[in-house]
Amino acid sequence: MPLPYSEIVMEHFRNPRNVGRIEDADAKSIEGSPACGDMVAVYLKVDPETQRITDIKFESYGCASNIATGSIITELAKGKTLEEAKKITWQQASEALGGLPPVKAHCSVLAVDGLRAAIESYEERHGLTRQREPTTVEVVRKRLKHVMNPVVGLDVVRTKMVKDISVEEGTVRVVLDLPADHQFAAAMKEDIEDKLSSRWDVQQVVVEFVG
Amino acid sequence: MFGNVIYLDNAAATRLDERVLEAMKPYFFDFYAVATSQFGYSLGVDARDALDTARAEIAARLGADAEEFIFTSGGAESSNLVLKGVAMALGDKKGRHIIITPIEDFPVLHSARTLERQGFQVTTVRVDETGRVDLDHLRDAITPETILVSIQSANQEIGTLQDVAAIADIVHERGVLFHTDATHSFLRVPLDVRQVPVDLVTVSAHTLHGPKGVGGLYVRKGTPIRKWMDGGFQEFDLRGGAEDIPGAVGFAKAVALVTDEETARLQGMRDRLIARLLTIPHSRLNGHPVHRLPQNVNVSFRFVEGEALLLHLDMRGFAVSTGSACFSRSLEASHVIMGIGGDHERAHGSVRFTFGRFNQESDVDAVADAVAEVVTQLRKISPLGKE
Repeated sequence: MPLPYSEIVMEHFRNPRNVGRIEDADAKSIEGSPACGDMVAVYLKVDPETQRITDIKFESYGCASNIATGSIITELAKGKTLEEAKKITWQQASEALGGLPPVKAHCSVLAVDGLRAAIESYEERHGLTRQREPTTVEVVRKRLKHVMNPVVGLDVVRTKMVKDISVEEGTVRVVLDLPADHQFAAAMKEDIEDKLSSRWDVQQVVVEFVG
Repeated sequence: MFGNVIYLDNAAATRLDERVLEAMKPYFFDFYAVATSQFGYSLGVDARDALDTARAEIAARLGADAEEFIFTSGGAESSNLVLKGVAMALGDKKGRHIIITPIEDFPVLHSARTLERQGFQVTTVRVDETGRVDLDHLRDAITPETILVSIQSANQEIGTLQDVAAIADIVHERGVLFHTDATHSFLRVPLDVRQVPVDLVTVSAHTLHGPKGVGGLYVRKGTPIRKWMDGGFQEFDLRGGAEDIPGAVGFAKAVALVTDEETARLQGMRDRLIARLLTIPHSRLNGHPVHRLPQNVNVSFRFVEGEALLLHLDMRGFAVSTGSACFSRSLEASHVIMGIGGDHERAHGSVRFTFGRFNQESDVDAVADAVAEVVTQLRKISPLGKE
């Protein structure tokens, strides 16, 4: 039976590499949320001298392409410097897997995002961030692409749930087209605050609901 | 089972029963003529006889007269005909309001959406967390403008049975037409149109080990409904197009082969599988524990995703279905699980198992063991549920 997945994808799905947690990780990240669908956690051990990734592990709550991408990304990143690992793209991960179905891009991109987020978190904590990019509406929009619209399982930007974004003196305001008493409102508010409050120049995140 | 696969997706399609194929064969090779009028040539008259007999046999299982049952290309067509046909017949005369539930199967759901775009008003009546219709809300929802209430007999995913008799009484009392999609409950759950004031019933052969692409619709005498597929005067002038005689004969044979003993056997397997699966930690049954299709099991497993679970089961030789967004063609989570107040997470980890004639009792333990192992395996790599 022809499956939509390549043999390499199926192999990584069956036997994912580098699975699990690193308890004393130097950095970790969690992308996605259970309320919305897929979720990936990435854990890093980094050699402070060489800034090479000495160990990497991942955990996945997701479908086959999500698991396989998590697995391949750990293989691609292991032994690389943070600079090198940061540049790994979804395209590269997909090629290494012998191709992923395009409709599965949003499930698999989480692992790539997870790796980058873990590296960024390490860099921020170790004062390695060279240039501090100010938070702009565009930066906020980019971050919001990682927040899922749980009603349909696609991100809030793509599904046009975000009605307005403004950034003013350290306050980020996001307006969502969702009733405030919607079952997912609280979870989404938390998710958005999480994604934005860690930025160096953000003091306050305000999520408003209309509709 | 067949080809070393334990097939547990009988709600989606069933294996054809060989006896059905044998019954159909003569109508491909010997009596292949189109059904003609009684004044036609004898080959066509034979075909006409076969069609009439098949019609009468299936109608009888619903307590209906032969003239009240038409053949269609399946459940989807039957339900399309009901919603669009009633809308065409009554939209200008009586009103433009239709009532459905949020968990109807797509033919009813999307026909209603189409009518909505054409200016009809659609009310979605509330269901509880097991999927049963809130009868008080239904009573309140009916207005003088209401022309049709369409509520399924049994749900395609979670197997919940509606109280069709009570719903029919409520709707009938208000002088409104009532349609029920019985695709999954026909012959597995009793329905007699002489006792239950239902006007239109959708049925299909593909869920009963009959041929695919064959369905039917019960239409109570005098029901206002407009023909939707134009053609000749076939099917009491309700559906144009030459009749599918082998299909009709196959449907009738499939219907004849369904017995209450068989249904009881499926129910036994269902109950045993539910009991086994619910011993897995963080699992919950979707749908109603009692008012439930005898062949349906639907369980959500937390911290694992349905497509991953399905693929692992496939590799072990089991065919099941899931309500996870990752699995659906639209990449949307099951509208049924969401419709009964579930969240994305519950849909994400939901798995449906549906039994059929060719399942054996040993399939239950085999699949329950496999599910327990795969769930454990996937939870090991999940960032959730470790505590």
